[in-house]
Amino acid sequence: MSDTKAILKIEDLTVSIQEKKIIDKLNIEVLPGQVHAIMGKNGSGKSTLGKVLSRHPDYNIDSGNIYFENKLINEEEPHEIAREGIFLGFQYPIEIPGVTNSSFLRLSYNSVAKHKGLDELDPLEFNEFIQPKLDLLKIDKSFLDRGLNSGFSGGEKKRNEILQMAVLDPKIAVLDETDSGLDIDALKIVAHGINALKSSNNAIILITHYQRLLNYIEPDFVHVMSAGKIIKSGDKSLAIELENKGYDWL
Amino acid sequence: MNTIINEIVDKEYKHGFVSNIDSEILDKGLNVKTIQEISKKKNEPDWLLDFRLEAFEKWLKMTEPKWANVNYNKIDYQDISYFSAPKKPKLKSMDEVDPELIRTFDKLGVPMNERAALAGVAVDVIFDSVSVATTYKEKLKEHGVIFCSFSEAVHSHPDLIKKHLGTVIPTRDNFFAALNSAVFSDGSFCYIPKGVTCPMELSTYFRINTQETGQFERTLIIADDDSYVSYLEGCTAPKFDTNQLHAAVVELVAMDNAEIKYSTVQNWYAGDKEGKGGIYNFVTKRGLCKGQNSKISWTQVETGSAVTWKYPSCVLRGDNSVGEFYSVALTNNLQQADTGTKMVHIGKNTKSKIISKGISAGKSHNTYRGLVRFAPTAKNSRNFSQCDSLLIGRNCGAHTFPKIDSQNNQSMVEHEATTSKIGEEQLFYLASRGIDPEEAISLIINGFVKDVFVHLPMEFAVEASQLLGLKLEGSVG
Repeated sequence: MSDTKAILKIEDLTVSIQEKKIIDKLNIEVLPGQVHAIMGKNGSGKSTLGKVLSRHPDYNIDSGNIYFENKLINEEEPHEIAREGIFLGFQYPIEIPGVTNSSFLRLSYNSVAKHKGLDELDPLEFNEFIQPKLDLLKIDKSFLDRGLNSGFSGGEKKRNEILQMAVLDPKIAVLDETDSGLDIDALKIVAHGINALKSSNNAIILITHYQRLLNYIEPDFVHVMSAGKIIKSGDKSLAIELENKGYDWL
Repeated sequence: MNTIINEIVDKEYKHGFVSNIDSEILDKGLNVKTIQEISKKKNEPDWLLDFRLEAFEKWLKMTEPKWANVNYNKIDYQDISYFSAPKKPKLKSMDEVDPELIRTFDKLGVPMNERAALAGVAVDVIFDSVSVATTYKEKLKEHGVIFCSFSEAVHSHPDLIKKHLGTVIPTRDNFFAALNSAVFSDGSFCYIPKGVTCPMELSTYFRINTQETGQFERTLIIADDDSYVSYLEGCTAPKFDTNQLHAAVVELVAMDNAEIKYSTVQNWYAGDKEGKGGIYNFVTKRGLCKGQNSKISWTQVETGSAVTWKYPSCVLRGDNSVGEFYSVALTNNLQQADTGTKMVHIGKNTKSKIISKGISAGKSHNTYRGLVRFAPTAKNSRNFSQCDSLLIGRNCGAHTFPKIDSQNNQSMVEHEATTSKIGEEQLFYLASRGIDPEEAISLIINGFVKDVFVHLPMEFAVEASQLLGLKLEGSVG
């Protein structure tokens, strides 16, 4: 047990894939209401962190602990973690043709709702439930009848990720490069959506290359990752500094 | 996660029980005498015996087809018994049916007696080779619909049988059709008179019960002018270590403006994980759109059998006639399926549509084989084909052999094909949204087959979904 009011606490986490070390003794603590940004070059281990938190089966935890609301979750299954309230916004959301977005979203909502002891929604109730979320992200209703991410543009896929976040209402959302592939208008809509979902009870980790997204979603902390470690932490000004100077001075 | 995929697709074969029913079995072997004996046991008229003997003569000169993408042990046609029947005489009502048989039907979930009434289904049950009881004959009679066992129809409606038998699938059509024509034991017969919409869905359940028995049923459905019928066929067999041969022939005839919808859920025993036992399902099904504006629609869900060789086809002879083929074929372990359709356009303005969904798991091989032919006379005709394959795991195969033969330049054909794979990343994506692996596979498979399942009658769609080892929940919304 770890005794803090942190939503997420990672202690000395070391992770490898096929015996290659990707994350090396990483520590981070995220409190309710906080937004953390994790920046770094390609291959620094940023995306791996998101996958590990969602317990992707390919990533082995060699040592260290991950606590979610004071509970050790090293051994949990991905769907259990998701039901408890960890959300991963994918950098490259996968396409599943034939499965409609609406049936997927409702099954997903009901899986999580059941776990939380909430009522499951039938298709009509779900329609009502999802409408304001579609409005928030300026998504047309016809979007729901399409195959899951199937034939979606890059921007549509990212918007669909945030729609899922809105539907599942997680305690912590790890958003992996949600800004990539978005034009400026789409970026504003997505950022507006994320800000609207933010509250004093939940937290967000933004994984990003660029400072651009942080103009719209203001982080409380900015961390720089390199070779699987956090090598520098600071506030928003660190992101601006990185934008100007690059990563090599660190 | 692959182990989870395996567990889910590996559900035990539920219908693998043997019923202890006293049967009368003909000695193994096939010769002129066997055929005479079958014909005699069934008290058949001479013209039908002649039909059989002529087919047998042709069969002797034919060789087993080798072009299909399947491998199986050589079949010894002399080591099969060609007739097996429950010993009881023909029954007058359900009360007379052997209780053991009723229990079998219970296990199969066949909706007979009260349940049949609720479901509005008339069931003609073929147990091994003989039709045991036909329910709902009376109600159908009111509408002039004839629905009975094939043997019964031979005596009660010989003219209809004489006129149509072998007209869609001639005895020389292929090796297995010739064999069936020689030795078929029973099957269903159905006639829908002019202008009649059949008041209920007609249903037949086939079951192979005896080891070393071949099942050779023969079905003939005739829809007269302006009529409509929907026909359902379900198949199961108990588990045996030896392979059993099933070589059925189904002929459909649709006259002017008539429509026949034929749905099959095939769940013959597929053999065990090592490929031991299982049914050889070598079936010839063909519909003739004889009249103008007629329509024949095949929907099949093929989940069973060790080896499947089956191509429900449509011959679109009438102008403006329509042929459809909707298919889901699931293979697992060492199962092999080579299935598809032929759409033969002869009349003007004829249309056909093919939607084939193959799902391969384990070490199985699943082949789609199709032919779309436009005769010179088939002016202004169209075909649309879509053949999709879904692979589960790394050791299975999907194969597609579409053939298009257009003999006129005023016809149009469209063909689409995709191959996809249920991969770990898809399952992880769904898991990260709270969906467990079993639900995830179910969601993906239901999504994959839904273009076909919408064409199944409701009660069949449910059964078919369960057969795929899945839940419908979440995919219909």
